[in-house]
Amino acid sequence: MPASLAGLIPPVADYLRILPEILLAFFGIAVMMLEAVSRGKRTYLGVISLVGIAAAFVTNIPGLIAGPLIGPETAFHRMLVVDGFGIFFRAVIIGVGFLSTLASLSYLDREDSRAGGEFYSLILFSMVGQCIMVTADDLIMVFIGLEISSIATYVMAGFLRDDRRNNESALKYFLLGSFATAFLLYGTAWIFGLVGSTNLEDIRKWMPENQTAIISVAVALVFVGLAFKVSVAPFQMWAPDVYQGAPAPASGFMSAGPKAAAFAVFFRLFMTSFLPIHERWAWLMWGCALGTMFVGNLGALLQTNVKRLMGYSSIAHAGYVMVALTAASSIGVSAAMFYLVSYALMNIGAFAVIGYVASRHERFVRIEDLAGLGRREPATAALLSIFVFSLIGVPLTGGFFGKFYVFQAALNSHLVWLTILGLVNSAIAAYYYLRIIVAIYMREPDVATMQLEAPPFSLRLAMWVSAIGVLGLGLFPSALLQFATNSAATLR
Amino acid sequence: MDSILAAILSANYLAITLLIPLAGFFVVTAAPRRSRLPFFYALISSLAAFVAALRLIPPVLAHAANFTSEIDSPWVEGLKIRLHMGVDGISLWLILLTTLLVPMAVWATEKMVKERRKSFFAMLMLFEFGLIGVFSALDMFVFYVFWEIALVPMYLLVGGWGGPNRFKVSVKFFVYTMAGSVLMLGSVLYLHTLTGSFDYPEILKAVSSGQTSLSSRDQMLIFVGLLAAFAVKAPVFPLHTWLPNTYAEAPMPATFLLAAVMSKMGTYGLLRYAIALAPSAAHRLAPWIAVCAIIGIVYGALLALVQTNIKRLLAYSSFSHVGVIVLGIFAFDQQGADGAVYQMLAHGISTGALFLLVGYLESRRHSLEIADFGGIAGLAPRLAAVFSIALFASVGLPTLCNFVGEFLLLQGAALANFNWAIWAALGVILSASYMLWMYQRVFLGKLNVAIEHFQDLQWRDWVPIVPLLLLMVWLGCYTQSFMPSISMATSQLLDSTNMNNQYRVKLDAAGGGVNAINAVAEVLHAR
Repeated sequence: MPASLAGLIPPVADYLRILPEILLAFFGIAVMMLEAVSRGKRTYLGVISLVGIAAAFVTNIPGLIAGPLIGPETAFHRMLVVDGFGIFFRAVIIGVGFLSTLASLSYLDREDSRAGGEFYSLILFSMVGQCIMVTADDLIMVFIGLEISSIATYVMAGFLRDDRRNNESALKYFLLGSFATAFLLYGTAWIFGLVGSTNLEDIRKWMPENQTAIISVAVALVFVGLAFKVSVAPFQMWAPDVYQGAPAPASGFMSAGPKAAAFAVFFRLFMTSFLPIHERWAWLMWGCALGTMFVGNLGALLQTNVKRLMGYSSIAHAGYVMVALTAASSIGVSAAMFYLVSYALMNIGAFAVIGYVASRHERFVRIEDLAGLGRREPATAALLSIFVFSLIGVPLTGGFFGKFYVFQAALNSHLVWLTILGLVNSAIAAYYYLRIIVAIYMREPDVATMQLEAPPFSLRLAMWVSAIGVLGLGLFPSALLQFATNSAATLR
Repeated sequence: MDSILAAILSANYLAITLLIPLAGFFVVTAAPRRSRLPFFYALISSLAAFVAALRLIPPVLAHAANFTSEIDSPWVEGLKIRLHMGVDGISLWLILLTTLLVPMAVWATEKMVKERRKSFFAMLMLFEFGLIGVFSALDMFVFYVFWEIALVPMYLLVGGWGGPNRFKVSVKFFVYTMAGSVLMLGSVLYLHTLTGSFDYPEILKAVSSGQTSLSSRDQMLIFVGLLAAFAVKAPVFPLHTWLPNTYAEAPMPATFLLAAVMSKMGTYGLLRYAIALAPSAAHRLAPWIAVCAIIGIVYGALLALVQTNIKRLLAYSSFSHVGVIVLGIFAFDQQGADGAVYQMLAHGISTGALFLLVGYLESRRHSLEIADFGGIAGLAPRLAAVFSIALFASVGLPTLCNFVGEFLLLQGAALANFNWAIWAALGVILSASYMLWMYQRVFLGKLNVAIEHFQDLQWRDWVPIVPLLLLMVWLGCYTQSFMPSISMATSQLLDSTNMNNQYRVKLDAAGGGVNAINAVAEVLHAR
């Protein structure tokens, strides 16, 4: 073998750096294969994918410990960069995948759909894509990761093939999502044309001395592509429809995992490569952050469908993260990291409860259908109220500290008005979240809750873990914040 | 958290007072649903909290101007948020008021609330935990946290057990207070970016020593944010619109606590944080706030006059009285501040007693429309007599509690601006008229024909009311038991920032009445 060719073969260390991704992909394929011979038994497939996710998590732990200490390590000819920031998000994505799988075990059994097992492999594939996104050091890798993640989630959104809403949801998500990806790709092409490379580090080096106006167009195109994925206004239209239509565990997953990954890309691009032209995009971020908060919160005010309400709420929360991005500081990055973790926990928890109350074929998804949950299932109701209070941002929950850090970061960057308006927004949000609390505690039990059976063990586990996480972050936030700060410091 | 344990082991009674209701919350939650155990657990833990709170008195009496029984342990290291709490001559009495009234609410709940009592007790315990925290927090962040902790259970109490309109009313209550408190959070954050600390004594020291100087724009931003939260909670006109409905719809024990202690959160915040941290902004806005307070006093009294429902009447009356307290705080003088603290205590006791008695009326007649009553004094003479004492205390009859507070407040207001005192006095006069007129229509005159039977006070009704009656007399006659410690703390508060000194009317801190005339002369001379 010629020496020049031998240089192209990646060293073993590179494979070790992406061991979690490899494991996820392996288990994804294994579950898909086993599904073909499992003849309708799918619980064990879920257990297998849980094992795979756990294995991926374990292999991510050395990185988690060492990540903040060692510098960024590039792999595969600078296509990937495995740094503390990426490893942090990889852990988040793996956690999200684990809880979502746990929550969907009983869901799929209940829905009794003919196909079942591939749901788990879809979750696994989607996670692989997201892990690639968060460690991508090249716009091409961002694109590849995004596509892997998105295609799997399009299928998840339409998983119950016979359900009209599922189909609508999947189609909408697919069409708009592909459109958004095209923007990202187009922006990448522009950047390649200007810089001559799609590598983030090359762009970073190119930026300071070559500030042409055209680069703004390229950055704007990339921004649009990513803004679609995180449902930032004015590119948020798809979110309520998709979250309402998709199966509840899929909605929970989509609102947490892909969003966290897309935000990670957002931060990696705008806090490193595009930072030199910060003053050109700062106003854009400012406006989008404000618009997103208002669109999400005002849109949610009049919703009657819980899943749709959560869709709008997820838009609003994307707005808060955008505030942290607008702050454009390392405090902002760590605040957003904290926020995304707590948001993932409370959202997955809330969707788990919603999916449970919805019953077969998701018949009961109106807010009124939660009526009397407090009497029928006091424990589940208490957990749901923890998630809701965390979404509102009441102290001693993770959601509160998330907001707190975000607005602190904003004030540190002298964004006084954005902070004031953001805080006003979180008061508006209290109004619609409280309608859930009103239903569960203050109304008499209704048809939906009268026939509820106790939640199965796996679902209970998912809800409890999320709730303990939310409260844990609310009582002892410093550990995670410190960790996020250390990890954010590796972003450069 | 280890140092909290250490604080308990070293018998820090503040830590114990704070943790007993929290423990009570968990014990009540774990108790079986259909039994009397939740009641006993709630009663025992709230009484234990009161006993523990009594132990806070001696250190405060020894050093009323300083914070005593302090807890100070790190919480969030990265941001230097500390679990810093302590008691001085202002907060002590409010903590005692809270811990005294919660057992009474528990006691009253047993009879006045019919269903899901266990959850009700649990919420009462959580509420007590939040309130004690609010009154003892010395870290701005911790203060905010407790502020919200107190809100959630009260919201659930109003929404879960209230009257027919409870959904709308409770949500309005929550969103209103939340809107105020998030702005307060903004102020706290802003203060942190300017001073790098959340610690209240530390910030005060930094500001007064000139180490940190807050520009007048900064002060204005901070003050307005804090004011938003406190003015909603107190409430100050025009942010009071949540109050009448909330008071009217809430279940009686909740209304009792709302009026007697929760409204004090707002006035306490104004006194402790708003005017101390942003004195120049407070001074600039004082005339406007005074006008709002005066409108509240008169408007509330006039609305109380035309109410047909006893509970709503008392709600407006409470709103009107709180206006006087706010006016006294923004007088920036010793009498005003002393009066404000004294009146918070006195108003808590007198209003609490009135709402409790109204609860007795409601549980007997199942209505609170004034028209449904009439002449019941003949059937229930003891109830009528006790009601009249509470009523006279509320309108400020000498020898009863409110007189002292209102006198000091009016004096304080007069020293700052004589016109304020005239208007505030109008409110006091009006309060006598609507209260007496209501009493007349409910208890006196000819017996309402629809009433066949009206039970007088039973032994279980006497239990919570007797301590309140005793306290009314005590506060009205033996001012010296309370005043020195209050006065020392308030004068320390007014002195704590140099900026404050230039605005307030200079008086001998301990004196008061004797120097008042000199002070009036000084004010007039200054003009």
